[in-house]
Amino acid sequence: MKKVASLLLCVCLAVGACTAAGHGDRTVTVFAAASLTESFGEIVDEFEAEHPRTRVRLNLAGSSRLAQQIVAGAPADVFASASEATMRTVTEAGRVEGEPRVFATNELAIAVAPGNPHGITSFADLAGAGLTVVVCAPQVPCGAATERVERASGVTLRPASEEQDVKAVLTKVQAGEADAGVVYGTDVRAAGDQVSTVRFPEAGRAVNHYPIAVLTGTGQPEPARWFTEFVLGPAVRKQLNGAGFGAP
Amino acid sequence: MPWPLWIPAALGLALVVLPVAGLLLRADLARLPELLTTPAALHALRLSLLTAALSTVACLLLGVPLAVVLARARLRGVRLLRAVVLLPLVLPPVVGGLALLYLLGRNGFLGYLLEVTAGVRVPFTTAAVVIAQTFVAMPFLVVSLEGALRGAGDAYERVAATLGARPLTTFRRVTVPLLLPAIGSGAVLSFARALGEFGATITFAGSLQGVTRTLPLEVYTQAEVDTDSAVALALLLVAVAVLVIAIARPRAWEGAR
Repeated sequence: MKKVASLLLCVCLAVGACTAAGHGDRTVTVFAAASLTESFGEIVDEFEAEHPRTRVRLNLAGSSRLAQQIVAGAPADVFASASEATMRTVTEAGRVEGEPRVFATNELAIAVAPGNPHGITSFADLAGAGLTVVVCAPQVPCGAATERVERASGVTLRPASEEQDVKAVLTKVQAGEADAGVVYGTDVRAAGDQVSTVRFPEAGRAVNHYPIAVLTGTGQPEPARWFTEFVLGPAVRKQLNGAGFGAP
Repeated sequence: MPWPLWIPAALGLALVVLPVAGLLLRADLARLPELLTTPAALHALRLSLLTAALSTVACLLLGVPLAVVLARARLRGVRLLRAVVLLPLVLPPVVGGLALLYLLGRNGFLGYLLEVTAGVRVPFTTAAVVIAQTFVAMPFLVVSLEGALRGAGDAYERVAATLGARPLTTFRRVTVPLLLPAIGSGAVLSFARALGEFGATITFAGSLQGVTRTLPLEVYTQAEVDTDSAVALALLLVAVAVLVIAIARPRAWEGAR
């Protein structure tokens, strides 16, 4: 009886393993910048609809952290970064196949409480007294861009906190803890009416370019390339524009 | 002792020791002094030691009475109270941070009151770091004290009472001296836990050099860009923790038994 049971168990396990492998189903692991959260959610759905046999697993976090993980050997197949500098870290570690290609651009914007109760109209307003301002840490792309804008505009911010990624900054504004946060224009748009946007001209001095690349050492070079081409394609371009990203 | 225990025991030990060894192996020992004396690292170390010390004091001031009440009070619902007090032990730290934010943040009811009546704002301040650390560290003190109190029983206190000592005198002259070793070990545990606090701090207090960016937060920030520096800071954190435990250990651990 015991023997029969264990034999049965073996068969079940074997069948289970086969189903998990999914008769040729393949999974691409995509590491993408936190600011791509909403857009890539939709893009992945469309991609999977076009390639029914391919599954995409998304890992969304701050670009710098993702880059560190990839360099440390994380099993990623594609990397979509929020800045060329973080992509360079990965390229220099020899983990990029071919050349990274830019698929979108993004500009900073100021997120404020709905209706802009403090009447913030410019980047310089953020340096005003009595305002609680939250930014990204200079170590991550949105923080690096904020620093570039500060330098270009001669405005020095005194932030209450330097967060690890744009989403954390936005959360602090949504929770009402910060009066204003410097994030990407796309993030404010994705947050809907929970926050209002203040655009400022100096943002044009620190445009972030989003490169995407297939990584070396992947077990899925083909679907990884399909996904990358898909992101660079015209349909996605239109969708990214709709989300507030600029064309490269 | 049955010999097969050695195998899982060795594996358990390896699980703790090997990762730390991994840190040591990964560290750039030659550059260690240079990496640990950057202004950012020194700020973080100073802030960590200061806030952990303050929150240990807060844990003692609040946790000792709390433990005595939990162990001695004859109230209905004390068991439930104890479960509530231990909550921070099992809550994910981020949840703790959010909870604090919705109490003491600008839109939290206490935070709103504070701001309107006293003009005080808690998030993004060093005080917020201390509160977050106290929140997660106090249960450690309460647990070790409560255990000691229950273990010791209340015979001495009853004797003191029959000799005419008033409750406060009994507490001061009998209960506290009896508990000193357990208080010591509990304080060390709280300090060590406060030192390592991360999630509640980054959620509730934010991260700003010199104000709220403690060592664990500095490690996290550096890990984004400079692994060498992050590893060096992580080693520093390990060293401080080991030092704290080693210094306080002999008496405290005996007392806890």
